Amino acid sequence: MTQMTRSFPLVLALASIVAVGACGKKKPGAAPAPAMDAPTTRDTAAERRARDQAAARESARMTAEAAAARQRMIDDSIAGASGADDSMRRDSDMLRATITATIGFEFNRADLRDDSKAALDAKIPILLANPGVSVGIAGHADERGSTEYNIDLGMQRAATAKRYMVERGVAASRIEVTSFGEERPVCTENDQGCWTRNRRDEFEITAGGPMLAKPRS
Amino acid sequence: MSRPRRCAVGTLLLAGALPLGAQDTTARGVRIGLRYDPGSKPGVIVLPISGSAGDSIRTILERDFDYSDRLSVVPLDQEDVSVLEGSTAAGSTPELNYSIFAKVGAAGVIQTTITTRGLHVALHDVVKAGVAAVREFPLPKPEYSREWRLAVHGVSDAAQEWITGERGASQSRIAFVRSYVVRVVDSDGQEEIALPAVAEALSPSWNSQGTMIVYSTFGPDSRIVLQDLRSGRTRAFGSQRNTQRLTPVFTPDGKSVVYALSGETGSDLFLVPVDGEAIPRKMTVGRGSRNWGPSFSPDGTRLAFGSDRTGHPEVYIMDADGTNADIFTAFDFGDQNDRTSPDWSPDGRQIAFMSRIDGQYQVFAMSLRDRQPRQLTSEGENEDPSWAPDGRHLVFVSTRTGTRQLWIADTESGRLRQLTQVGGTRVPAWSPRLAGK
Repeated sequence: MTQMTRSFPLVLALASIVAVGACGKKKPGAAPAPAMDAPTTRDTAAERRARDQAAARESARMTAEAAAARQRMIDDSIAGASGADDSMRRDSDMLRATITATIGFEFNRADLRDDSKAALDAKIPILLANPGVSVGIAGHADERGSTEYNIDLGMQRAATAKRYMVERGVAASRIEVTSFGEERPVCTENDQGCWTRNRRDEFEITAGGPMLAKPRS
Repeated sequence: MSRPRRCAVGTLLLAGALPLGAQDTTARGVRIGLRYDPGSKPGVIVLPISGSAGDSIRTILERDFDYSDRLSVVPLDQEDVSVLEGSTAAGSTPELNYSIFAKVGAAGVIQTTITTRGLHVALHDVVKAGVAAVREFPLPKPEYSREWRLAVHGVSDAAQEWITGERGASQSRIAFVRSYVVRVVDSDGQEEIALPAVAEALSPSWNSQGTMIVYSTFGPDSRIVLQDLRSGRTRAFGSQRNTQRLTPVFTPDGKSVVYALSGETGSDLFLVPVDGEAIPRKMTVGRGSRNWGPSFSPDGTRLAFGSDRTGHPEVYIMDADGTNADIFTAFDFGDQNDRTSPDWSPDGRQIAFMSRIDGQYQVFAMSLRDRQPRQLTSEGENEDPSWAPDGRHLVFVSTRTGTRQLWIADTESGRLRQLTQVGGTRVPAWSPRLAGK
């Protein structure tokens, strides 16, 4: 419903642009009358013709060269720019992957394992180098234990990660925490391997993340 | 379960018709001629009922008596039924041959007549060889409707009270969640309905009048939702960044809700009035620990809840003002199994909870007096117990069939029955006794 109401004015706007464009187009069949060329020299018709042809050739050559040069310049510029873009985008994607990497927890616990701390340590400098970025942390639990207990446990798992990052300089207002308890499992097998994967914090960039800058090392 | 042998009603002597006494001639709670012992199951016969809804009513009564685990239903053969039909015309009561009923193990006989307003029900005391109780029960229209069925359950419960001295609990419903929608089903597994979905719901709970349900939603917009079952109106409150609201329950007076607020520094219980915009009052001082899942004692003076304040989750009890918190499930030192989801029994005597044993959760009940835990389940994972209004049955979630289903256990006999048939069913809450509209 929101989608509908939001896109409706946009459709109207597009329609009016098309309408304005149609009105602005010139009508055909009103070309100006050609000016009369009065003869001003005494050259013979043959001489004039030869000179004109040479000039036309030279003009055509110059025009072609200029066009080629211009095209080379444009091509070089595009190639250069997109090369830089690719490299920046690759870096940004890697940084994004680091920020959104999931961290794991032990059964029934919300404290951070060493590998989880290392994963957070990798996220922190990126967040510090990109002060416009906000993240959401969602805590999750495996299916064991009561539904409600797991909502609470997921919340504490998200809060523990946030606290760790805030203590290391990330502004608390940039990190929002929530919990999905056992409600969003990544797998549903009834075994240790699956339970381990489900005990996690997920990280999401919620604002300011189209291009991420590398932290200065 | 063993049933008494079949009753040979074909040999009944139906000698004439006795005029019925005035309505409600008997005091409530009259007992038939036996000393009821909670361990025993007096036999009861439900005589066939004439009229279009007669078979349905009889089926509901017999099933309720069976599910009560306080009575055993003595079945009648189909050919015997034909002998009785025609003799039970409205406004007349055939004289029953009590000695035959006694021989087949029936202590009571329920005789029901459909009237224009509802049901006329007589309880025959087989031992005393006479009518022990008579009462008129109005039934709402139309027949077979949800409210009509609820009223028939009320007849079952009254009849149980006549026979055993304790009112039955079949006139009640169970709220639960499936696919994040709160649903409500009758105590016999019939008439399941879904409440309007506000958001992804968990943890429904009833007020003590059975007129409202409160539940929580989870995720970034976690809230507490109040649902008025009569008007259908809902009211939600509490959405706040970086918090989850969970496990709401009404105070026994119905005026406030207590819930757990889970935030960045642990979770605590808060109390907020149902009406108005008063600021929630913090009830626990968790100091970074987790505190959730409250359940009031029936008199409202105390509160059981789960807490991990000593390292791992245990059940605690505190006074309703938040003072004098003390551990209830004090197990052996070094035992790292957690105990959570307490539910205080309606008679105030026991608290049910779930505990991890050998890596799986099981349902336990523990009396407040002797504090001896009783393990009630052992097959599959069993979670989230909730007491029936009779203080004897528990509904809980079990994975024993391979999917999460609601099951009901009789804590006296250990008998189990499956309440739901669709998987992914959980967080049950048994209502109080419901009077109907």
